[in-house]
Amino acid sequence: MSLTRMYGLFLRHFYLITRSFPRVLDLVYWPTIQITLWGFISNFFATHTTYYNNAVGVILTCAILYDFLFRTSIGFNMLFLEEIWSRNFTNLFIAPMKIGEILTSLVATALIRALIGLIPAVLLTSPLFGISILDLGIFLFFLFLSLYLFGITLGILVSAGLLRYGPSFENIAWSTMFLLAPFGCIYYPIEILPELFQKIAYLLPLVYIFEEARNILINQTVDIQNIYNAFIWNGVYFVLSIALFYYSFNVAKKKGTLINMGE
Amino acid sequence: MKNLVEVKNIKKNYGKNEAVKGISFNIKEDEILGLLGPNGSGKTTTIGMLLGLLKPTSGEILINGQKLEGNRIEILEQINFISPYIELPKKLTVKQNLTVYGKLYKINNINERIEFLSEKLRLGELLNSITGELSSGQKNRVSLAKALINQPKVLLLDEPTASLDPEVGDFVRSFLEDYKKEKKISILLASHNMNEVTRLCKSILMMKDGIIIDKGNPEELINKHGRKNLEEVFLKLSRSKNEFN
Repeated sequence: MSLTRMYGLFLRHFYLITRSFPRVLDLVYWPTIQITLWGFISNFFATHTTYYNNAVGVILTCAILYDFLFRTSIGFNMLFLEEIWSRNFTNLFIAPMKIGEILTSLVATALIRALIGLIPAVLLTSPLFGISILDLGIFLFFLFLSLYLFGITLGILVSAGLLRYGPSFENIAWSTMFLLAPFGCIYYPIEILPELFQKIAYLLPLVYIFEEARNILINQTVDIQNIYNAFIWNGVYFVLSIALFYYSFNVAKKKGTLINMGE
Repeated sequence: MKNLVEVKNIKKNYGKNEAVKGISFNIKEDEILGLLGPNGSGKTTTIGMLLGLLKPTSGEILINGQKLEGNRIEILEQINFISPYIELPKKLTVKQNLTVYGKLYKINNINERIEFLSEKLRLGELLNSITGELSSGQKNRVSLAKALINQPKVLLLDEPTASLDPEVGDFVRSFLEDYKKEKKISILLASHNMNEVTRLCKSILMMKDGIIIDKGNPEELINKHGRKNLEEVFLKLSRSKNEFN
């Protein structure tokens, strides 16, 4: 056993981490996010033991909705990362494709990928747990549509980061969903969050989507305002993400990221 | 012969670093122009600007009479590129890759085009093979087929025969000569293989530190610098210290 060789291998990874801000960030925020998210979940269950008494499917339904969001967002990022990993990125960007065509194509492909994952999960919940997500009724469509819009918005934002900063932004791609999870109020109502976090959460469409899913399942009522708010915020973030993608493309053309990405 | 590529005083700065310091050149129809220079001389940056992947800090590029700025899509339909540093998706078969790129370039009769290219590039038996499982020589021919899928008027080649064995290298060079003659296309060839450049190019640009330090046909350059071959000319110019700046 040679300490020098082992130290050499340690240095190889140490240099890599310290030369990349996204990698350092990645190390720091994973534990922070996990602790924050599970802290709120534990706090909620400790203080609201009867909240889910008559609606056992709520957690599972929210888990399926969140998974759809996760798959859509990660699916979009994967399509973009796939081109970088396979060193096909340059080929794609020298093809006569408009940015709008690239985005539209990826958005459609991400939907198909997410649905392929979602349909078996939805079908399994009924025979395994006696719960049907279809209990959300016609509003299920609007909730999924809203989640899909937010998922691809996050995907576009991360892809804009990849264009601008190159492959070192990859780690962010994997963690955006977890970063937002505590604010999304997926498994607990918004009241469980501290006031400052509540203010942030209300700026995201997620809180309206998950609050409404719980409202439908637990109270058997529909608050259209929640669905409306979710779409409004989705619209705002979607337009911003498209604008940021175009901006990043132009910056990448100035900085040379596009040509370095393929090599 | 008309100029298919016109490069007018293009510069590219990355912050304070001047990668390309105002170069101009043309490439005629039915011409292969060699772009030589040591690593870091600005060749890749120049190619990046011609492909629209990099925005010049100043200057103008015209392809087939059209300005690249503002006509990116129309121009990219007429250009293609091959480099050993970029690859096609490895998990797809050769035919799937060519079909995908046929669609991206909106080629009519994709199957006919693939058939034509596979015959010319000896790809017939490889069409259903997984691209990532091919040898370097085979991958190179597939990349060449992708680069020709849109019948480009301008072909940019960055080290097209790097890492190929002499037989495959010779095949690729012969193919490029014949294809250029037959289709009257313009080719920009960036290469460190001086024999290849001597064989294929009637004119050469020598770049160093972001500027063109010399140009001419291979024979002229060899005589002018009193050297035995192009490699010696390259070494002389590469090692000279700022005498051309």
